[in-house]
Amino acid sequence: MPSEKIHVRTTVNGEATDFLCEANQSLLEVLRDVLYMTGTKEGCNDGNCGACTVNLDGRIVDSCLVLGVEADGAAIETIEGVATPEGLHPIQQAFLENAALQCGVCTPGFIVASKALLEREPNPSEYRIRHWLAGNLCRCTGYDKIVRAVVDAAQQMGGKS
Amino acid sequence: MRPIEYVAPTTVDEAVAALAEKGEAARPLAGGTDILVQMRGGRRAVDRIVDVKKIPDLNELSYDPQNGLRVGAAVPCHRIYEDDAIAEAYPGIMDAATLIGGIQIQGRASLGGNLCNAAPSGDSIPALIAHHAVAEVAGPGGRRDVPVEDFCTAPGRTVLGPGEFLVAIRMPTPPANFGASYLRFIPRNEMDIAVAGAGASVVMDGDTVTACRVALASVAPTPVLAGEAGAALVGREPTNEVLAQAAEAARAAAKPISDMRGTAEYRTHLVGVLTTRALRNAIQRAKEA
Repeated sequence: MPSEKIHVRTTVNGEATDFLCEANQSLLEVLRDVLYMTGTKEGCNDGNCGACTVNLDGRIVDSCLVLGVEADGAAIETIEGVATPEGLHPIQQAFLENAALQCGVCTPGFIVASKALLEREPNPSEYRIRHWLAGNLCRCTGYDKIVRAVVDAAQQMGGKS
Repeated sequence: MRPIEYVAPTTVDEAVAALAEKGEAARPLAGGTDILVQMRGGRRAVDRIVDVKKIPDLNELSYDPQNGLRVGAAVPCHRIYEDDAIAEAYPGIMDAATLIGGIQIQGRASLGGNLCNAAPSGDSIPALIAHHAVAEVAGPGGRRDVPVEDFCTAPGRTVLGPGEFLVAIRMPTPPANFGASYLRFIPRNEMDIAVAGAGASVVMDGDTVTACRVALASVAPTPVLAGEAGAALVGREPTNEVLAQAAEAARAAAKPISDMRGTAEYRTHLVGVLTTRALRNAIQRAKEA
């Protein structure tokens, strides 16, 4: 089996980022084990739970279901790119204020997914929020607080993303 | 996941060569939402992944009323349902593309991959059959067309031979007064595998059905065209009695197994109910079209 590493060129959170990976490494493994960006979490590792959600060229995806080599040329946004030096993103703030997390493993995925929703649809209905977040599982909160946090964040952001 | 070789050809011929060279040990990669899980779980022994997303034809989505719809085998679901003209003309496909997985999966997963994965529960397959879809296959012997209802041969198995892969799926432009629908039953609202599913399409002339197709998921080793269920409506008004006959024919076409998602008896019952509801939906949409 060929084992030489593959050179992949991407943009991660706005910065040009090259890495070397094996063909069988997922983007999730690359982020955590090669780039040491451990904000993105591994949950089920088979596309059910959404804990590893990242934004890939403007679409949210499960990074466990993307090979690192497939990200060549892509723009990737992770949870590490959500806050700014000025402070937390309004969605992060709303998650804190609404107690929308307990253990926190699902939280980066929920925040990346919620941010993608509010960037497309600044005023989603509760139904739409629940539908959009169906690919993110949380075993602690029972979802209500998460949905309330997203509604809150949308209001805080004044309908602007 | 065991070590693999990754190749990303840019033409159909290169892809055929890359697949043919390795036989069963090579697999095409489109959205990856099934194959990567299967490889990680040890359910598919793959040495070479052939990423087909760099072949322009595989990413092409084109629709015009003259030539119908052509969906490149790697086009992800979201591109289909975000295209208003396609969503309106192909309502059954719209239903399936919006309920496969969640938003993350729909950002990667393709109808082509859903078809090639050949799960009995593949949600897009009954909808494709209802829309008279044809699979365009390329291989060492050239190109061939396969009607989607003939594509899957067993769970996880298809008609694709060594070196062959799916290039695109074509669907004719629906005639006037056409409607279609796909419905599935799952115990939650999203993100689950169909316990049973039914796709239906109709063409109406006033109150009379002039053409009808019904296809079923999760009630046989492959998704199946239930010819007699569709025939039950043709030339007739879709009264409750006629719809009940179609449901009976769908139940007769079902050969389900019992597993953790449901018993054979339950699935047989469900597929009758879903057939009636999908037909009602399709008829309603045909009247609104």
